[in-house]
Amino acid sequence: MSKFYEYSICELNSLLLKKEIKAVEITESYLKRIEKLDGKIGSYLTITAEEALKQAAIVDKKIVNGEKISVLAGIPLAIKDNMCIKGIKTTCASKILHNFIPPYDATVVKKLDNEDYVLLGKTNLDEFAMGASTENSGFKITHNPWDLSCVPGGSSGGSAAVVAAREAVAALGSDTGGSIRQPAACCGVVGLKPTYGLVSRFGLVAFASSLDQIGPITRDVRDAAVLLNIISGHDECDSTSINKELPDYTAGLGDGVKGLKIGLPKEYFSDWVDAEVAVCMDSARKILENLGAEFIDISLPHTEYGVATYYIIATAEASANLARYDGVKYGYRSPDYNNFLQMQKNTREEGFGAEVKRRIMLGTYVLSSGYYDAYYLKAQKVRSLIKNDFDQAFSDCDLIMTPTIAEPAFKLGEKTSDPLKMYLSDIFTISANLAGIPAISIPAGFAKEGLPIGLQFLGGAFSEDMILKAAYAFEQATDYHLKWPK
Amino acid sequence: MQYEPVIGLEIHAQLKTNTKIFCNCSTSFDQQPNLSTCPVCLGLPGALPVLNKKVIEYGIKTALCLNCKIADKNIFARKNYFYPDLPKGYQISQFELPLGLGGFINIGEKDNQKRIGITRLHLEEDAGKLLHRADGSLVDFNRTGIPLMEIVSEPDLRTAKDAKEFVVKLRDILLYNGVCDCNMEQGSLRCDANISVRKAGAKEFGVKTEVKNMNSFRFMQKALEYEIERQIDELESGGRIIQETRLWDEAKGVTVSMRSKEEAHDYRYFPEPDLVPVMVSVQWVEDIRKTIPELPDEKKERFVSQYNIPEYDAKVLTTSRDLADYFEDCAKLYSDAKIVSNWIMGELLREIKNDNTDIKDCSITPKMLTDMLGLIKKGVISGKIAKQVFEDMYKTGDAPQDIIEKKGLKQIMDPNAIRSIIKEIMAGNPKQVRLYRQGKTKIIGYLVGQVMKHTKGKANPQLVNKLLAEELKRD
Repeated sequence: MSKFYEYSICELNSLLLKKEIKAVEITESYLKRIEKLDGKIGSYLTITAEEALKQAAIVDKKIVNGEKISVLAGIPLAIKDNMCIKGIKTTCASKILHNFIPPYDATVVKKLDNEDYVLLGKTNLDEFAMGASTENSGFKITHNPWDLSCVPGGSSGGSAAVVAAREAVAALGSDTGGSIRQPAACCGVVGLKPTYGLVSRFGLVAFASSLDQIGPITRDVRDAAVLLNIISGHDECDSTSINKELPDYTAGLGDGVKGLKIGLPKEYFSDWVDAEVAVCMDSARKILENLGAEFIDISLPHTEYGVATYYIIATAEASANLARYDGVKYGYRSPDYNNFLQMQKNTREEGFGAEVKRRIMLGTYVLSSGYYDAYYLKAQKVRSLIKNDFDQAFSDCDLIMTPTIAEPAFKLGEKTSDPLKMYLSDIFTISANLAGIPAISIPAGFAKEGLPIGLQFLGGAFSEDMILKAAYAFEQATDYHLKWPK
Repeated sequence: MQYEPVIGLEIHAQLKTNTKIFCNCSTSFDQQPNLSTCPVCLGLPGALPVLNKKVIEYGIKTALCLNCKIADKNIFARKNYFYPDLPKGYQISQFELPLGLGGFINIGEKDNQKRIGITRLHLEEDAGKLLHRADGSLVDFNRTGIPLMEIVSEPDLRTAKDAKEFVVKLRDILLYNGVCDCNMEQGSLRCDANISVRKAGAKEFGVKTEVKNMNSFRFMQKALEYEIERQIDELESGGRIIQETRLWDEAKGVTVSMRSKEEAHDYRYFPEPDLVPVMVSVQWVEDIRKTIPELPDEKKERFVSQYNIPEYDAKVLTTSRDLADYFEDCAKLYSDAKIVSNWIMGELLREIKNDNTDIKDCSITPKMLTDMLGLIKKGVISGKIAKQVFEDMYKTGDAPQDIIEKKGLKQIMDPNAIRSIIKEIMAGNPKQVRLYRQGKTKIIGYLVGQVMKHTKGKANPQLVNKLLAEELKRD
């Protein structure tokens, strides 16, 4: 019973309830594993060992006292380092926030806390979640646990890597254009981006406010549903959060896909999808058909404009969201200044990395007087068209299946010199953010080199129960999720 | 050459809500620096704004009073600029879709009114305050997120006096609605002006300057008058006006160039994605309309017709809602409204002004004042003694009856008592009595004075006159 890291949330919970293990033992085993592996993988920016053991001990005490405990009690999780946790450094993997300790908890963190989760630490990301490989971190590189010479994807690369490497039971990530699903696919784990507004953004350091959404990264679909149950729901602190009755996302998991109509958008199955990915998609289709699902061909005609639209809207919002880092109130301040203008200029010059600066400049440009209509306003219109594409599609089918990524994880350094190539890594995931709809990536097979391949289900707004059901049915019929890097 | 000034105003009013516009921090000002702050108004990473509905309500209320059209869909925007007192690096404001559009205020007297257009009314958040010291600059974020209402007028004003009247009118409306303190010195009401001059009869506008830092109504009029003169002098001497921002320097009594418009910002406005559009229903507007109190102009007219007081009195009495309420409370208790008005405008307002206090904090209640007026009417005290009673009431807050009782100020009405005093006075002033009887009847004034002096002003003057005449004629 020493390999506690082999178990999912639900398995650990039942072992805890049966008093076969102690929460402290689980946490200890994870801390040991982190100590052993993270030097090679590099997924944690901060490890909170002491607090984790303290929290685990509290859970053990509750169990001994016969108190009722939550499904998440004593479960060690990791949180992407762009979510605020009171008293714990939150850096967004940026030098400009290298010393920032929030005085408050993000709403999702509060919710996890209420369930007595155990925080193992904060995970690496592309600086301010801008990137698709976690190579843009201002602090360190995270390696793909399946092949250390490859990227883990990004921007939630640290969170996906810790789940894949069993350095945490599960993790939270954030997804602005694919930042949960793309690394989940690269690392062979489950990643869910909920409907915009389902999970509070309060305390998530903003990249692009109208696109950002927090979601779970887990080793299986049930764990994703368990975490979604906990982190979803209305929050008075987030004006964009939806006030709505929500289902128990675990309840309908086993309902199967019989009779479900699944759309295959022709724009997502073009020639440049890697052959091995295409094979996995074919086999996924057959598996689901065998389970009773029906496939139809659909079209999402504005797909090709997704990336361009995204990089206008996301950067415009980011240019304003990142204006607050001026050295006045918190974070890094350049030592080299004589007046405010210099202080601010040097602070931002020295504090931000190249990709962040590139996006701030791009966003500033598209909002500038004289360019606003041609870029920002036009992008908003295209965004509506993309949304309409999905509305149209969901009148013909229940959900949509696509590859999550066009090819398995690429090599470290392979795309760092070509930002456009890097931006295209998100081509299949970006539309869900623009349309605000939920999407999940689940393991769907492996390439010859042993790298995981992911498939994505997309559904209409607030259809998380349906995409989880389909994902669960597929997962039950396959064993990809049971494999993990040794 | 005759010139015509053209003036448009931009007014910022801090709204008197209990909490800030996007968080629950108190709007109270007498705080230690940076105490009334939270992650939201400090712009900490990850914090999000949540709109205070009360702000919209106050905005709608004001917009209705300014005869604006109310937008049914309200969108907030980010106005981007860097300044150390702006913690997010952008101000949340309204841009394309403001709350109120196309209203007006009438200024001038009843038969000579001018309609001044209101271009727009929008809502936004205030910034913090910078403190510059020898060892560096400090920021106080207490003011950050205080709700602001910006009201922009059309360039319809033609004189500095009209501009002042416009702002006074606007202030009265804000005060009556209780939405703003309107303290220009403390900055809860701030006014900037766009000014240009053109040759009389010209259709085109001249080049305008923007004048800021006018921190009182008096300064405002002076600043505008100065700037108009400056522009005319400039043009007359063959110069030209540069479009620029100028600051009013009160000490020197001049406007000084601050920056030219060429350096103007590109604010890169775009819709604030952290807030959802605020939909304003017809029902909501109507519910708010019902809470609008009678405004100064209507009230003034009603006072004239209902209480039969002169227009001037009505204008003075309606300068504030509290004063008008005070007058009306008195007028309900005492039927002669003109006498009430005289006492309020004379004695009461003088005392209040001397003490630099407010009618709300006045120790004389309407009941006390009207009780006193009743006592004058009944002859219990004379008008002269009443002034003494009034001062006493103002100082102590005691009822007039008690003051009269305690100080023995009751008027002497007993003819026998007065007659015996008269006799005493006549005995003591034989020379004056003789002169009277020789036909110098005017001397009676002196003798009345002596009687009044003897009774410390308490004898009823009419009675003294009557009885004295009788006694002088008797022998």
